[in-house]
Amino acid sequence: MTETITSSAPVAAIRIENLGKSYGDFEALKNVNLIVAEGERIVICGPSGSGKSTLIRSINRLEEHQIGRILVDGTELTNDLKGIEKIRSEVGMVFQHFNLFPHLTILENCTLAPIWVRKLPRAEAEEIAMRFLHKVRIPEQANKYPGQLSGGQQQRVAIARALCMKPRIMLFDEPTSALDPEMIKEVLDTMIELADEGMTMLCVTHEMGFAQAVADRVVFMDRGQIVEQNEPMAFFSSPQNERTKLFLSQILGH
Amino acid sequence: MTDTASNTLALPIRPFLRPLLQRLAPFVGTPLNVALSLLLLWLILRVGWLLLDWAVVNAALLPAKPETCAATTGACWSFVIAKSGQILFGIYPPAERWRAGLVCVLILTTLVASARPSSWRPWLGFAWVAMMALVLWLMGGGFGLSRVPTSSWGGLPVTLILTVFAIGLGFPMAILLALGRRSGLPVVRTLSVLVIETIRGLPLLSLLFVASILLPLLLPEALLPDKFVRALLALTIFAAAYLAEVIRGGLQAIPSGQSEAAKALGLGYWNTQRLIILPQAIRIVIPALTNTIIVMIKNTSLVLVVGLFDLISSGKAALSDPDWPAPSTETFLFIGLIYFALAFSFARFADFLERSGMEKRG
Ligand SMILES: Nc1ncnc2c1ncn2[C@@H]1O[C@H](COP(=O)(O)OP(=O)(O)OP(=O)(O)O)[C@@H](O)[C@H]1O
Ligand SMILES: [Mg+2]
Repeated sequence: MTETITSSAPVAAIRIENLGKSYGDFEALKNVNLIVAEGERIVICGPSGSGKSTLIRSINRLEEHQIGRILVDGTELTNDLKGIEKIRSEVGMVFQHFNLFPHLTILENCTLAPIWVRKLPRAEAEEIAMRFLHKVRIPEQANKYPGQLSGGQQQRVAIARALCMKPRIMLFDEPTSALDPEMIKEVLDTMIELADEGMTMLCVTHEMGFAQAVADRVVFMDRGQIVEQNEPMAFFSSPQNERTKLFLSQILGH
Repeated sequence: MTDTASNTLALPIRPFLRPLLQRLAPFVGTPLNVALSLLLLWLILRVGWLLLDWAVVNAALLPAKPETCAATTGACWSFVIAKSGQILFGIYPPAERWRAGLVCVLILTTLVASARPSSWRPWLGFAWVAMMALVLWLMGGGFGLSRVPTSSWGGLPVTLILTVFAIGLGFPMAILLALGRRSGLPVVRTLSVLVIETIRGLPLLSLLFVASILLPLLLPEALLPDKFVRALLALTIFAAAYLAEVIRGGLQAIPSGQSEAAKALGLGYWNTQRLIILPQAIRIVIPALTNTIIVMIKNTSLVLVVGLFDLISSGKAALSDPDWPAPSTETFLFIGLIYFALAFSFARFADFLERSGMEKRG
């Protein structure tokens, strides 16, 4: 079923071929192949330590891979620093622990990269930042510091911060797993809105409701490999692999 | 105050006395406390009185002549008054002392003007460079002012110049060394470790001797910088090595998520360090930085061993006048007061910075 998606997209947003990465003797990723079409929404799940973070962080080269190739918008990730910085500025990332800059205000968090990377004038960067802060529904917090916000608000700022760079692709690494239950929804709602606008998204998450609502494909990883992938309905109703069944029974069971 | 707490508290007390008595209560709780409090009170009063007697009551002030001092058993402030020019400016030509005075004013004004975080804008850097250039011109002469060789510089301006230049130049060096020590490039890392550990392994005195005695033997005359500059260089790299380790401590305390987030936004290495990592790292280590900088302020006095006349050497020189009794206690108290004023105001400033940083985190 991967094949059909591949052939329908001329230049894939992300093309991962035969990816391999080891930490010493330990193989964190083995022979991973994944093609993400423009506008596609992919949810990645799998047990802890299965390599989900490593995979998603390889896409903007927060991790360096040793084997295989990664192409983002047709550009291969190599050691060329300028090329990597260019790709990073077009790929937004949202982290589990928000990673907002605590010494800067919310507005400054959002304008920093547009000003220093995109070289936008401050006024224009601020205008864009306010637009996205409106979008994530916290414009009134613009002049506060991250430490003064709740977890859910901080994560929405992190999403706005990434969006201010006008990325073509958004990566999410367990964006809701550090949040209290009552704050998960506000973040997921923001992400669903983003998906509805056609953003290309890769999201590591165990929020299966979110996967069913927005994902075009669910990818299941285990021990550094992609074990199974399918569209959400089929993935949840009739998993093929034993490990997938076990995993699903564990997270859906209770 | 000789009453015990229980006695006093039993009496009807006027409201305004109550807080006072509550404060005194810990000092008069038990008979032993009462005895100790009384003993200490007696000691404080006694020592205080002796000091007051020496420093004020019996002190010789004016006229600022040797005879005034000869006639008294107290402090000889007339000496400090008569010799203040020499203590403050050393062997700087007396006719040109206004220049040395102006240098002190210039440096102190720039320091005070830089104290408010709201004035930390790019122009402040230019102001500092301009100030440093102006200071060198005023002290050294040229361009219309008579030349004064560094060998004739002395006193407070020397202490201030050494402190401000050593820390002003050492701090950026320290940042580079600290970043270098954490660099991914093995050459840069090794070099930084080598510099830091070598400098830290040597006592400042030996570094000053190397700069003033060994360097002239190694370098041809034409390449040899002035003695003052050599001592300044020694102080600068010494400050840099120590500050570097303090800053590295701050860098290590910043979670890796911060630089990852910066990278993920497309920021390059230098922008990440400058905008994200260093502002946080330096704020964390303000107390340790303050400590190192205060030690450096006082360390500048060591240049006297290589024949530069800082505040302490000029004080010593003033004391050698045979016409006067040599009131070294008064002189060094005066000098001590200047050092204290410098170090203490810096400590207060650092404290203010730290607190203004805390408010932000909410
Ligand atoms: N810097 C590292 N050094 C050594 N091993 C590492 C390093 N980073 C990750 N690993 C290992 O690689 C494997 C995959 O890690 P990864 O973080 O990608 O897992 P994950 O699927 O994201 O797990 P989780 O759900 O817990 O976040 C884990 O076994 C982990 O221990
Ligand atoms: Mg992970």
